[in-house]
Amino acid sequence: MDIELILKVYPYFIEAAWVTIQLSVLTTLLGLTCGALGAAARLSRLAVVRFLGAAYVSFFRGTPALIQLFLLYFGGPQIGIQLDAFEAGVIGLGVNIGAYMTETIRGGIIAIDKGQREAARTLGMSRWQAMRYVILPQAARLMIRPLGVNINALIKGTALVAAISVVELTYTAQRFIGSTYKPFEMFLISGILYMAIIYVTGRGIAWLDRRVRIV
Amino acid sequence: MGLDFSVVPKYLDVIFLGALWTIAITVAAALLSFVGGILFAVIALYAPKPVRLPFRAFEWLFMGTPLLLQLFLIYFGLVQVGIDLPAFVAGVIGLGLHFAVYNSELIQTAILAVDRGQMEAARTLGLSRGQALRRVVVPQAVRDVIPPIGNNMIALLKDSALVSVIGVAELTLSAQLAIGRTYRPFEFYVVAALFYYVINLAMEAVLRRVERRIQASR
Repeated sequence: MDIELILKVYPYFIEAAWVTIQLSVLTTLLGLTCGALGAAARLSRLAVVRFLGAAYVSFFRGTPALIQLFLLYFGGPQIGIQLDAFEAGVIGLGVNIGAYMTETIRGGIIAIDKGQREAARTLGMSRWQAMRYVILPQAARLMIRPLGVNINALIKGTALVAAISVVELTYTAQRFIGSTYKPFEMFLISGILYMAIIYVTGRGIAWLDRRVRIV
Repeated sequence: MGLDFSVVPKYLDVIFLGALWTIAITVAAALLSFVGGILFAVIALYAPKPVRLPFRAFEWLFMGTPLLLQLFLIYFGLVQVGIDLPAFVAGVIGLGLHFAVYNSELIQTAILAVDRGQMEAARTLGLSRGQALRRVVVPQAVRDVIPPIGNNMIALLKDSALVSVIGVAELTLSAQLAIGRTYRPFEFYVVAALFYYVINLAMEAVLRRVERRIQASR
């Protein structure tokens, strides 16, 4: 174990961890947006919209995230989409995790007893009101933990953008492995930083879950 | 620069060969992760403390870090200690170990869920602890977690794309090869995605059959 080397290179990893955090936050926000839209589409009254929602989930869960990322970043310019690596990373990963979140959010909504919706409708609420005031407040509580699992996977998934040269934790580790020939040390620094990010996120989600839990 | 899929047929044989390698690496890593998962679960639950604690740390480290980082560690780390593995083998070991840890979590829960009476009965019949685990408890636990392990294996198929980064000529790298010759990234990544999608569908179909069979055997 080369402690001296670790002390010399760790500032680069701290900087890279900050990029990983930014990627994680932006990807989570985009993923939740795509997930909410996807779940709405999958639960729509219109068969065409339901089909589009199902196709979205099926394609993005059925193919590797790396391929989706390459398709967007390298193939995008051919269809007029020019993005820098960071933007492509956020959009590619966000739309990908959104497909998983679609299923999580949809699962939370359909887990609410049918009687709740029927009662709300009987009281004269519109479909939207029933969803907004009766179903979603209950469903949202159920979703927090499973969405936390999605976010945990997403944080580790941000490593993929190293393959399109975004200077985040994994890219930095790879670069220093190449220049120092000390893979274990580099793995250890970046691993500890990943686990710190995941640990803090996990505690945050557990806290949120406790705050809003009814039973 | 518009899209032009007419260049694709010329490289289909390269892509197809890549798909075969993807299937090979997925099957090999899946087997390793299955056997490894059982082994890890037994170690995590039953090994003596000096073995168990460092092992838990290893599991924790593997679950908390990205697969890509682990692949770099294994590929470059083994070279550093003088073991020069072909990229394919390093890829199988990396993917296999990563998913073995996830499978081990599932199997541990399942082992703990097997009725205590099973172990007691086996011991009463004169089986040693190891025998009782191997012949009575673990087989029942494993049967219970085949469906979630199957889901892990489908995730493994998609994550196998990552080994292209350490130079394994599977589906993703084959697509990149064709792109290098034709400068048509969009077309070839779409083709690669289609191949993955079809393999994914096939795996899901197999998994559903296995699930039905397990349900029937109960």
